[in-house]
Amino acid sequence: MSIAVSESSVKAQKRSIGAVLWDYLTTVDHLKIAHLYIFGGAFFFILGGIEALIIRIQLLVPENDFVTAGFYNEVITMHGTTMIFLAAMPILLGLMNAIMPLQIGARDVAFPFLNALGVWLFILGGLLLNLSWFFGGAPDAGWTAYAPLSTTSPGHGVDYYVMGLQLAGAGTLMSGINFLVTIINMRAPGMTYMRMPLFTWTTFITSILILFAFPALTVGLFLLQFDRMFGAAFFDVALGGNTIIWQHLFWIFGHPEVYILILPVFGAFSEIFSTFSKKRIFGYTSMIFATMLIAFLGFMVWAHHMFTVGMGPIANTIFSVATMAIAVPTGIKIFNWLATMWGGSVKLNSAMMWAIGFIPSFTIGGMTGIMVATVAADYQYHDTYFVIAHFHYTIVGGTVMGIFAGLTYWWPKIFGRVLNETLGQITFWTFFIGFHMTFFIQHFLGLMGMPRRYWVFLEDQGLDTGNLISSIGAFLMAVGVIVFIINAIYVWLKGEKAANDPWDGRTLEWTTASPPEHYNWKQTPLIRGLDCLWLEKTEGNGKMIPAHPLKDIHMPNGSILPFIMSVGFFIAGLGFIYQTDNKLWYIALFGGMAISLLAMLVRSVQDDLGHYITKEELKGEAE
Amino acid sequence: MNHDQLLNPKSLPHSPEKATLEGKNKFLGLWFFLGGETVLFASLFGTFIALRNSTAGGPSSEELFGLELVFIMTVLLLTSSLTSVYAMYHMRNHDFKKMQLWLGITGLLGLSFLGLEIYEFTHYITEYGFTFRSSAFGSAFYTLVGFHGGHVTFGIAWLIVIMIRNARRGLNLYNAPKFNTFSLYWHYIDVVWVFVFTVVYLMGKVG
Repeated sequence: MSIAVSESSVKAQKRSIGAVLWDYLTTVDHLKIAHLYIFGGAFFFILGGIEALIIRIQLLVPENDFVTAGFYNEVITMHGTTMIFLAAMPILLGLMNAIMPLQIGARDVAFPFLNALGVWLFILGGLLLNLSWFFGGAPDAGWTAYAPLSTTSPGHGVDYYVMGLQLAGAGTLMSGINFLVTIINMRAPGMTYMRMPLFTWTTFITSILILFAFPALTVGLFLLQFDRMFGAAFFDVALGGNTIIWQHLFWIFGHPEVYILILPVFGAFSEIFSTFSKKRIFGYTSMIFATMLIAFLGFMVWAHHMFTVGMGPIANTIFSVATMAIAVPTGIKIFNWLATMWGGSVKLNSAMMWAIGFIPSFTIGGMTGIMVATVAADYQYHDTYFVIAHFHYTIVGGTVMGIFAGLTYWWPKIFGRVLNETLGQITFWTFFIGFHMTFFIQHFLGLMGMPRRYWVFLEDQGLDTGNLISSIGAFLMAVGVIVFIINAIYVWLKGEKAANDPWDGRTLEWTTASPPEHYNWKQTPLIRGLDCLWLEKTEGNGKMIPAHPLKDIHMPNGSILPFIMSVGFFIAGLGFIYQTDNKLWYIALFGGMAISLLAMLVRSVQDDLGHYITKEELKGEAE
Repeated sequence: MNHDQLLNPKSLPHSPEKATLEGKNKFLGLWFFLGGETVLFASLFGTFIALRNSTAGGPSSEELFGLELVFIMTVLLLTSSLTSVYAMYHMRNHDFKKMQLWLGITGLLGLSFLGLEIYEFTHYITEYGFTFRSSAFGSAFYTLVGFHGGHVTFGIAWLIVIMIRNARRGLNLYNAPKFNTFSLYWHYIDVVWVFVFTVVYLMGKVG
């Protein structure tokens, strides 16, 4: 009897793999799209991590021959490209997708269809880029793909770089527009701008950065594509071209990009510090204005990557001063976080450990940022391991730690399980110690003159011990990541279903189920102040007041078209890459474009009115 | 609001394009999209300005451009912006037939612009041997002006699709935002042309 019952309940809960797959291929739900972003991002994070380990094994001992020089170039290029575009950004977009609508009381994002298109473009763009490994070699011109190195690189590696990033970048741009419109138009009643949680604020400002930064990359990639595939002369000096244009376009995108990577985690840390200190965030308003200031200045400093190009002392000085100015709003944030903990009742769990560990790590990265912003000194640091150490302290010590913190904090809301605390702390300590071992010593390797991107170093030049320590640290970080993955699988199989509000939270997302229903709330909540849930806990009955009586809920329909469009562009991308070899590939180029354009046509002529969940259905569901 | 009210409204509000949340979202989303397009074209303009004298021994802009043709193209495109305003005026007054008529005129003006642009490009290629590959100036010229032309082409295709799709059912709260977003896009493409005319052709002749 009992066996029969459990079997039938299993049947009711478990759908066939095919049904789940179809569900995810056609979904337009913001939480499921977040799952796709996070899983996709995690997959590429592991790939990028393996590439990092290959780099560190090669540099374990002097004059190592673990990999060839050519392969090493491919590995460093793909490590940077993968980590930035295919790991860090998608996981952040996943967090934004999952949490931002919940924090403002929206049922979904403004353009659910575009949201699905964005995630499929990212996944297929990432796959396209990585296909290069199997078809004649990966891109090898560095993640910055400077011309003329990138225009003259033989084979199709850089072509894959161009097409893969073009696809993924288009997807990101769509997400940026989507989040902006969602936050402006779809906040719950009472959710004024100055009551929005800081993670939503940073999502908003990050989206502005995405909107104005990514088109510059799009143009840069088009120029590179035209030069490599269609014989244009943008970067061909013999025909009057100018290679510095690529550097400008790349960094006009690239510098805002590093703020796109860091601002969302600033928001996540703000939520974590506030929740686990049991205090309102210190200086809420100044946090918002500091974020805006960082975003604004972030567009004014791109040429600090180009001090050694020869722009002249005036340009160098302007960009140097503007760069240093960014330390001011960043400092405001650091002190606000410290002041939030000050006098709070701090709970030291793994999410909070990431947050506390982030402060000194990121501050070191910021400090070396001031050092490399000093033009005269930068001539010494440029293209050495000092720069490698600097930006890993900001991107790993900031973004990656922020991703771990945010995932630990929001895991119950996104996946319905609380991560195991012991395993979480093991991850933190191994990763944290491994991170500082890997990168702190690289400051000194750089100061001693070790250039970046070289595949070997010579014996007895004072570089041996430093590189050995660095490599051991990298493996410690890998252990941390593996423990995190074990943790995720463990709680999925063995963990209990998470409560709605496992952290005694302050913001709106903790009022929904974990994970939320696809319509998020039966009744849209009424927002009465900043930290609206905490307000109801302290001054109300702990529950949100509904903004309207129970009524029909309008929800968007799922669609396979975003996936088909992305596949079309993927095929067209292959066509672009190989039409230089054989004109038959034009079939793939035009065929792929035709698939995508036809899917767009279908989308345009087919009415997509969405569907309603009726009052009666909502009443019928258990409370 | 249910589906029937959306597709067969008994009476339309004054601005049917912004009466629904979807309409408001489309309106705002398109404005942001145009913000991104501005950076796209700014990057292309920057590239063009950097390379406009890099003729590599080929024809320069003074030798190539004829302002008469470009003047006619400008008039055609700017007029099409005006006619799309008339179309939106009739949409707000719920006169579907007149809206379609003015949209049709907009499309025809766009097509004639495109025809002249194709003529211009073939003229440069056949008469002067000035191509996409002949110099950095050529690459930058065809890329910038071609991106604009591509936007015009896409706009015309978009216009034809929504005109045919809605020809028989008239204006409703579901398709009004689509016409409105097209009109916004079309204005934007015209504004970009004003800059193309100034930076590429005027500065190319006298700058």
